[in-house]
Amino acid sequence: MSTLTMKNLQKKYPNGYEAVPGLDLHVDDGEFLVLVGPSGCGKSTVLRMVAGLEDISGGELLIDDVVVNDRGPQQRDIAMVFQSYALYPNMTVEGNIAFAMKLRKTDKDVIKAKVAEVAELLELTAVLDRKPGQLSGGQRQRVAMGRAIVREPKLFLMDEPLSNLDAKLRVQTRAEIAKLQRRLGVTTMYVTHDQVEAMTMGDRVAVLRRGILMQCASPAQLYEAPDNLFVAQFIGSPSMNVLRGKVSSAGDAGIALELAGQTITLTGASAQRLAGLAAYVGQEIAIGMRPEAIGGDGTASIDIDVDLVEMLGSEKLVHATMGAPSVRSTDTAIETSSGNESTVVASLDPRREIRVGERVTLTLDTLRLHAFDLSTGAAIGRASS
Amino acid sequence: MGDIFSSLGLVVVGIAIFVAVLGALYWLASQLPEPWRERARTAVFIGPGIILLLGLVIPALLNFRYSFLDRDDEWYGFGNYRDIFTNDNNIKVLANTLWWGILVTGVSTIIGITIARFADRMRGEPIAKALIFLPTAISMVGAGIIWNFVYSPKEYGLLNSMLRLLPGEQETKFFLQDPKLFGIQSNYVPGLNTVLIMVVIIWIQAGFATVVISAALKGVPDDLVEAAKIDGATDRQAFYKVVLPYIKGTIITVATTVVIAVLKIFDIIQTMGKGGSFGTSTMANEMYEQAFPQDNEGLGAAWAVLLFVAVAPIVFVNARNQRAMREGR
Amino acid sequence: MTDISAPLPHAVTADSSTDSSKDKVKDETPLMTKVAKATGSGPGKYIVWLIAALWTVPTMGLLISSFRPEDDIKTSGWWTWFGEPGNVTFDNYSSVLSDKVGGQPFSSFFWNTVRIAVPGAIIPIAVASFAAYALSWMHFKGRDALSVFIVALMVVPLQMCLIPLLRLFSSDAFEKLPLEGIPSIWLAHAIFGMPIAIFLLKNFIGSLPSEVIEAARVDGASHMTIFLKIVMPLSVPAIASLAIFQFLWVWNDLLVAKVFGGGARNQPMTYALVDMVGNKGNEWQLLTAGAFITMIVPLIVFLSLQRFFVRGLLAGSVKG
Repeated sequence: MSTLTMKNLQKKYPNGYEAVPGLDLHVDDGEFLVLVGPSGCGKSTVLRMVAGLEDISGGELLIDDVVVNDRGPQQRDIAMVFQSYALYPNMTVEGNIAFAMKLRKTDKDVIKAKVAEVAELLELTAVLDRKPGQLSGGQRQRVAMGRAIVREPKLFLMDEPLSNLDAKLRVQTRAEIAKLQRRLGVTTMYVTHDQVEAMTMGDRVAVLRRGILMQCASPAQLYEAPDNLFVAQFIGSPSMNVLRGKVSSAGDAGIALELAGQTITLTGASAQRLAGLAAYVGQEIAIGMRPEAIGGDGTASIDIDVDLVEMLGSEKLVHATMGAPSVRSTDTAIETSSGNESTVVASLDPRREIRVGERVTLTLDTLRLHAFDLSTGAAIGRASS
Repeated sequence: MGDIFSSLGLVVVGIAIFVAVLGALYWLASQLPEPWRERARTAVFIGPGIILLLGLVIPALLNFRYSFLDRDDEWYGFGNYRDIFTNDNNIKVLANTLWWGILVTGVSTIIGITIARFADRMRGEPIAKALIFLPTAISMVGAGIIWNFVYSPKEYGLLNSMLRLLPGEQETKFFLQDPKLFGIQSNYVPGLNTVLIMVVIIWIQAGFATVVISAALKGVPDDLVEAAKIDGATDRQAFYKVVLPYIKGTIITVATTVVIAVLKIFDIIQTMGKGGSFGTSTMANEMYEQAFPQDNEGLGAAWAVLLFVAVAPIVFVNARNQRAMREGR
Repeated sequence: MTDISAPLPHAVTADSSTDSSKDKVKDETPLMTKVAKATGSGPGKYIVWLIAALWTVPTMGLLISSFRPEDDIKTSGWWTWFGEPGNVTFDNYSSVLSDKVGGQPFSSFFWNTVRIAVPGAIIPIAVASFAAYALSWMHFKGRDALSVFIVALMVVPLQMCLIPLLRLFSSDAFEKLPLEGIPSIWLAHAIFGMPIAIFLLKNFIGSLPSEVIEAARVDGASHMTIFLKIVMPLSVPAIASLAIFQFLWVWNDLLVAKVFGGGARNQPMTYALVDMVGNKGNEWQLLTAGAFITMIVPLIVFLSLQRFFVRGLLAGSVKG
């Protein structure tokens, strides 16, 4: 069983572009780590460096505590599932799955037995003699998985393996891959741009922005306690509402926030959670509210003007205007919208009657409020930062 | 039957030796330690190709040098080039070559577009296109003999026989010896003989143009044409304003490929134009005539250099166009 | 006979060379019919058939003439044969096969052509395949510069290299190599065919999906394995079409053989035919039959492998 460690891993291109300035990451034995980020964030580059398909410009890559920087992909004992599946079009399903073993001159009977076993596991037995061109998208995906599984490698690397499937199949396969990985217990690194995939599949999720690790934590932690504004807005759908507000006072009576001309008072546990705000009295900050923190249980309340109501069945999404500029963490910077109004989204109980054009007062769960430094984007938490 | 076996035997032995040598070299390369192993393997892959390419590069450079030598291999400076551009006969050669490039390319491409357009989805389309494509497989020597039955002044000459059907007394025409066109004889106008030889090459090249353009036409998205029609375009307008611009890249490819082939043609002029007499010579033919029958290698080399200069820009246009098309996918 | 355009499903299923290409053709099928409908063929079909007929007449004339008795050929047009269609003879063929050119029977020139054309097509394509793979998937210094250089070499007209190459082949250094005669024709054809062969094959091999090559590397395959087990099988259509091209080119060639082959003993049929045109210009019974014999193999290759041939023509030249 195996571990994967990156120590200050770097990728620089000859033209001077730094795709990955220096990444430290460790994947435990048997762990399922998801690398997620917007397109161009360097996640695929990292995966390809781990695979040995891309040269490493600096730092160290260790598999099982052995530096493998200079080994070719053949010598790293890894298996990879590609976005396009990369099946060998000229070989049958059986040939595809057996190819790596044949190259290693594995005994013929052993190959046959293993292929049969994997085919059984992935329900490919009936199509073993077909070529990739004759398979459905889901079958091709399973062949790609089978080709990786049969190797019993030290590491599984997966590069957006679900992005070519339709929505329904993707949800189903997502669960199957996660289940399979847990059953086989092979250390896995999985790259995706889809935060839902990341949250549902990973033991831990590493969020990458422009080659820099923003946070690596369990899905729950990422959601409940994002380290910074980027992670807060990248994880979750609809994404967190972040508006510019102000800390008006902080003391024993609690913390008072000013948001869109309204005052929100934090006391007790909610004040403790955000004790670091004491250092920001009189300053502007970014205040974050997840859609489901509005309109449910809560001690504070806010007034909003309803613009649009979307009935989704399980929830009702209300798009409303609030009188404060929104704050957004883009790929490069933290931007505050111009003007003094912005749209917030609240997720309400679907049975709740609400009409467009109304001004309504909704509760706000102050225990689920987030605060961020406006210049660095760092989360403001318990202690002052 | 012995012939078959000796032929095939030679073929098999030749190829077996080639494979064995390459295999042995690759095996040797694999025995080396890294990083030499990878480099040696690369060398085995690319090496034979580079050696053969050197067989092109070195002669091309040598040829460049020869073009400055005279008949007796003495230094002649730019003499050969001066002779080419000052001799009246050679002006005819250059003008002929230009006409070849324009007329054969233009007509072949237009026939290609016409057939591709009208044959599309027509009943019997594959047969019609195969018939037009067939001459592509025929050698220039064979084509010369075939067309003799068309142009010959004898009883079996098809063209003369057809002329005889016209009213009045028709004199027998010696088509391939007629250097005039519509009564004009000029250094800048190709003779009837040249035009008739061009017809043979058009006969050979039009099939190529048809097949390529036809395939491109079938790749035009239908909604593009439908959109044009909904916008009020007629069939004609839809074809000329929407379909043709869409396959522009393919048409450029066809035209450049035909030009390059045409500029290098010499054998048909050797056979049908009697080696370029009666004012039918072109640059490629002149190169051969001077280098071999006339034994003036320096002058032949100078013609070859000029041919290179003429073809070079076209090849680059073609390569760039193809790259643009691949990237535009 | 296969058809050129493959617009119909049955033509598509006959094509089993690669699965990807099959998918592609299938996808295009519905488009074809609609574009045709949109641009209309109406009276245009008469133009098509007129041109097709015009294109066929000269070859038909040759074919008919080659089966007519000597006196008939020389004294009347081949079209008069339609008035007496029973008048057919095979004498022309038997007499041309035994006819001697430069002391050699015509039949021996046929076998010379086979000897020249088969390796003349295989050698350059084998060498070019390796080179195209290296230029596409191996990493080495100057790779891109070399690719550009090869495109540049396509510019060099064959004629430009004839004289220097001939001098090179007849130099002392080459005298020692067993290249005299037909092997030097192979070598010359391989040299002249190299730039275009590498260019076309690199276009194809380089556009194979990189993930498939990478998957093979991750699976533990060496370059030779990837080349032989994956790239070559996937390149069958491109290689086949290029091979047909090169074969037809070499089969029909006169110039290279004439310059490099030496005496009549090593010459192909085109040489014999030109010699006959020169020396027996009025023996049309021999020339027609001889010409048809030179054409028969190209026509068979062309008709039976048209599908590959067309695909090769299209490499890189058609969007989609």
